[in-house]
Amino acid sequence: MSVRHALLALLTEGPKYGLQLRHEFETRTGEVWPLNVGQVYTTLQRLERDGLVESDDPEGDGPQKGFRITPAGGQELAEWLHTPPGTVAPPRDELVIKVLVAISVPGVDVHELIQVHRRHLVELMQHYTYVKAEAAEHDVGLALVVDAELFRLEAVVRWLDAADTRLTSLPAASPVPASAVPARRRHRLEVRR
Amino acid sequence: MTAMLELRQVSKVYGSGPTRVHALWEVDLTVDGGELVAVMGPSGSGKSTLLTIAGSLEEPSAGEVLVDGSALAGMTRNQRARLRRRLIGYVFQDFNLLAGLTAVENVALPLELDGLGQRAARAVGLAALDELGLADHADRFPDELSGGERQRIAIARAVVGDRRLLLADEPTGALDSVNGEAVMRLLRAACKRGVAGVVVTHDAQLASWADRVVFLRDGRAVDQTARPPGPESLLAPRPNR
Repeated sequence: MSVRHALLALLTEGPKYGLQLRHEFETRTGEVWPLNVGQVYTTLQRLERDGLVESDDPEGDGPQKGFRITPAGGQELAEWLHTPPGTVAPPRDELVIKVLVAISVPGVDVHELIQVHRRHLVELMQHYTYVKAEAAEHDVGLALVVDAELFRLEAVVRWLDAADTRLTSLPAASPVPASAVPARRRHRLEVRR
Repeated sequence: MTAMLELRQVSKVYGSGPTRVHALWEVDLTVDGGELVAVMGPSGSGKSTLLTIAGSLEEPSAGEVLVDGSALAGMTRNQRARLRRRLIGYVFQDFNLLAGLTAVENVALPLELDGLGQRAARAVGLAALDELGLADHADRFPDELSGGERQRIAIARAVVGDRRLLLADEPTGALDSVNGEAVMRLLRAACKRGVAGVVVTHDAQLASWADRVVFLRDGRAVDQTARPPGPESLLAPRPNR
């Protein structure tokens, strides 16, 4: 999440104070992404240093200092909005590693382990759905943020479901030794990582 | 308080000998009025069997089913049919509305089948539609409604009159996510008014609308979520298990 660009976006509506920016950011994201006030001021200082925002009093400090976006800030925001975000998955997904490891650890019931993680994810999804259900239906900003979290978590649950089914259909859920994987395929997997 | 639905050690076996399949195995489930429970599991986990047994459409091989405190096993076939008409509403993935009837006629139909006069049934049907914010659809035919609207009419039909147990099988399966959400909001609203709801699904997003999620695997209830989502948990840090 780019706090830098979110602050620039809020400033396109007009000049604002730091605390006001923090409050508006949290309100519009349904408090799903809490923001620490120090982070807001540090980001604003950097934006000012880079010429993307300007303040009433460049030398001053404190909560009564107002900020406004500069033309360069507007251009930076437009470029960021149109740039596709990174879609490459994190190099090693911790949950994938846990399930992979569980397959080979004696005494670990991998289906039970998958269920523990599934339940935790569904509880998180219940939490976000509750936030959405209790909010006003016209609160589109909040719905968008919550939907993003829900779709992300749902994808993880679906991966767990698929893993559960794959491991059930194996005659014996024994790990495939690395040596059994053809060298060429191993190399390809490593490259993708 | 009497639970609206109670399954006690319910098992269901299909076939015999080598083809014998345990669809459900000693399942316990209690659902109170005002509660929405999701039963989540993959295909073949026994979800639909659980729903048909809960709705008295099928009998368990073992165990007991109680609806509003009354054991189904002690009832005659006619008594069970009467209980279904009076207390239980069903929502299916494909809406199951009668094409030749308007929305309000569809909603009023179960009441008429139960002996209520046409005018009185229509009045109750209109009240159900109004309560769920669907009054302006009353005189439209199913083919004049979108998929999401049809499913919302089906929910009104499921809770019309004194029906207090709503059983839904993948109710948003045929809808896109925004229309699916509208259906789940309505289902949740019906439960907030005191109806006991059971939704069976494989879909985690749909299940997340429930107060409680029960996980079914190979016919057994293996787990459930810890606590209903509520305001006290809104901003609390989420512990990593």
